[in-house]
Amino acid sequence: MTMAGSKPPVDYIRRTEEQYSALGYPVYRWVESETPPPWAPVRKPLSESRLGLVASGGIYVAGQVAFHFKDDFSYRVIDTSTPASELRATHFAYDLTDARSDPNVVFPTATLRGLVAEGKLGALSERAYTFMGGIYSSRKVRDVLAPALADRLVQDEVDLALLVPV
Amino acid sequence: MGLIAREIEGRGIPTLSMTSALSITRSVNPPRAAFLDYPLGHTTGKPHEPALQRSLLLDALTAFETLEEPGAVLELPYTWEEGDAWKDHVMRPDPSAGSGEAADDRTARHDTPQYQTERDRELAQEALASGGCETCVFLSDP
Repeated sequence: MTMAGSKPPVDYIRRTEEQYSALGYPVYRWVESETPPPWAPVRKPLSESRLGLVASGGIYVAGQVAFHFKDDFSYRVIDTSTPASELRATHFAYDLTDARSDPNVVFPTATLRGLVAEGKLGALSERAYTFMGGIYSSRKVRDVLAPALADRLVQDEVDLALLVPV
Repeated sequence: MGLIAREIEGRGIPTLSMTSALSITRSVNPPRAAFLDYPLGHTTGKPHEPALQRSLLLDALTAFETLEEPGAVLELPYTWEEGDAWKDHVMRPDPSAGSGEAADDRTARHDTPQYQTERDRELAQEALASGGCETCVFLSDP
């Protein structure tokens, strides 16, 4: 495997194990999927497709309730034309400096609007969905949050979905 | 996010998961992924570099048209910095801090909203007082 950087990618699973072990905490069980992923064929070129966006960087709009840090599995609906000056970021697990300075680093609505203006992307859905990742319970994500977000994207009639975790 | 990608794809909508954490992505195994080898918090680029943000997101989106095998990961050809020194410090606690809670430098898990600014808190409270926040969706765990 070739890598662009001069060092191999950071193995976050191993580093979490090392960190928890050093702190004397039990090992965190990351999700390991036992079955192959589902597959939906792409039916249209990107330039004719309507894209939905889901991001987990803890983005909210001024006026909305912010996320809290203890297994918050709520989500926010954000108009994708919202100017960067009204977007906020809150999260317990990453350095927010750059996301607060330029939300496009974790919530690329301006970038995607630019690609639509260029004709590279057909359209951007009017609504994006955001939540705060780092939800300790994978059961809540699998059984509650994931079906709720999938319902929204189906209702929005998007052709493709871009998922931006942190 | 990989679990969410699998759910959405299962409803017939093709997904692309950006990622900067390759080991986690390989473990969850979403349908399609594009790996950007940047520090966490920069999944779609460096701040205030719109040309770079455009280029890497456009490269990533080509994965919709080029990846054909479930679980495939496109590795994007971008490097954060020469030498990648940032990788040496990620989640490595200071060994002199000892062990247990004293050495835990992670953020406390508050259960109240953590606003970016005090003004945001006031705006949200005003909204809640005058009818609520329709775009804030609080799910119940059955």
